[in-house]
Amino acid sequence: MDSINIIQVTNLTKQFNGFTAVDNISFAVEQGEVFAFLGPNGAGKTTTIKMLTTLLRPTSGEMRLNGFNPLSEQDEVRRSFGIVFQDPSLDDNLTAMENMEFHGVLYKVPKETRRTRIEQLLKLVDLWDRRGDLVKQFSGGMKRRLEIARGLLHHPKLFFLDEPTLGLDPQTRNHIWGYIKDLNKQEGITVFFTTHYMEEAERMADRIAIIDHGKIIIAGTSEALKQQTKTTSLEEAFLALTGSTIRKEEASSTDRMRMVRRMWTRR
Amino acid sequence: MSTVYILWLRQLKRYFRSRPRILGALGQPLLFLVALGFGFGPIYQKAGGGNYIQFLAPGIIAMGILFTSVFSGMEIIWDRQFGFLKETLVAPIPRLAIMLGQTLGGATVATIQGMIVFVISLVVGFRPESLTLIVLAPLFMFMIALLFAALGTAIASAMEDMQGFQLIMNFLIMPTFFLSGALFPLQGLSNIIGIIASVDPLSYGVDGLRAVLLNNAHFGIPTDLLVLSVVAAIFLAVGSYFFSKIQI
Repeated sequence: MDSINIIQVTNLTKQFNGFTAVDNISFAVEQGEVFAFLGPNGAGKTTTIKMLTTLLRPTSGEMRLNGFNPLSEQDEVRRSFGIVFQDPSLDDNLTAMENMEFHGVLYKVPKETRRTRIEQLLKLVDLWDRRGDLVKQFSGGMKRRLEIARGLLHHPKLFFLDEPTLGLDPQTRNHIWGYIKDLNKQEGITVFFTTHYMEEAERMADRIAIIDHGKIIIAGTSEALKQQTKTTSLEEAFLALTGSTIRKEEASSTDRMRMVRRMWTRR
Repeated sequence: MSTVYILWLRQLKRYFRSRPRILGALGQPLLFLVALGFGFGPIYQKAGGGNYIQFLAPGIIAMGILFTSVFSGMEIIWDRQFGFLKETLVAPIPRLAIMLGQTLGGATVATIQGMIVFVISLVVGFRPESLTLIVLAPLFMFMIALLFAALGTAIASAMEDMQGFQLIMNFLIMPTFFLSGALFPLQGLSNIIGIIASVDPLSYGVDGLRAVLLNNAHFGIPTDLLVLSVVAAIFLAVGSYFFSKIQI
């Protein structure tokens, strides 16, 4: 039965200097699913994604992604997924086209396929007309759309989106979810996303897992979550499960750098 | 190979597209050339050293390369959190290729910057003495650039954020420059300064440049090349090691 689970995580744990960021979690994502991974800030969402995407080594536990082990079969795992990071990872001093080309070369997509696929994807996210413009002239929403197009260039089976709609207006958010839903339907791509917008998760996700303090506290369909908590919306269910206190979080070095970056860049 | 090339190309594209950065990085060498060159010129002449601009120019070229290459290496700190590097770290390519592309790109950019400083020094009054040896100047420029780009990469890979940047600048890069013999002759120095200068890899780069531009070497071209190659190889190895250990 393992073959239909594109992600299989068993007893995964990550500790940083004695602090347990991810605490013995297990879950599975089926091929073709849209899976929402929710939780308050600092709950362990991004850490989990980093371990699945080979950026971080777990302290203990087992992972399988598209049947491959992220620790010992890194390249196979890397070819299997596309990702949109929480922080933009485009090169601002390159054009949209060049960013796409670079990705294609890094993933060794043959030139002919690359050209047609780039055109198809840039048209999909409505950026084909802006392909020759430097990315630094793009708005936040345009950058996100470009990152989505880029992440799909090498035909991944699984797409990670870490807060893809953070800071975007409702129109752009709507568009972005439109593309993602289409891709999920047409190409059968499995989507694994995090978000703080509960209505997005409720609307888009086939299944939802909620993580808090490094532990998965519940998983299932949005309906099931609401039933179990006897609430009428996912937001209420989320608050019922994770409590309404605001999380104390110490600023990490990344947060400090993010601040400096905001001060130095206009957008 | 294509990975190394595309990362190298990216550095060059970025460089040629950011004119403020090119100009900004030229301000300091120009200031040093003019202020020190003309300021200390008369005293240097009186002390029997000859034309100070002649002596100083290779040192300032080396300085331009030093700063540009270290900075380009240290850009990785930003890049891995908020930039293209993160995208390369999840791509199915070896870390070594990323590190090499990044370092070679930085080294090439720094070499170009060194050439521009060379041209500026000609304007200020520098005149190379040996027209046959001058063909070796770009080689020495590239060796200096490669060595310090690799050092920058190594430092950046081991650092978490920009907090330690001032520390590195003031306690590593500045001393590397000031104690390298870029500004003063190494002959007849007191013991301590002489010893420090002889373990400073930039000394050999400056000396090499002086050898090929002025036919005036302290250590000699073979020694300079040997030391630069060995230290560059060590830094590249250390850089690759730290880079392979990066976790985000």
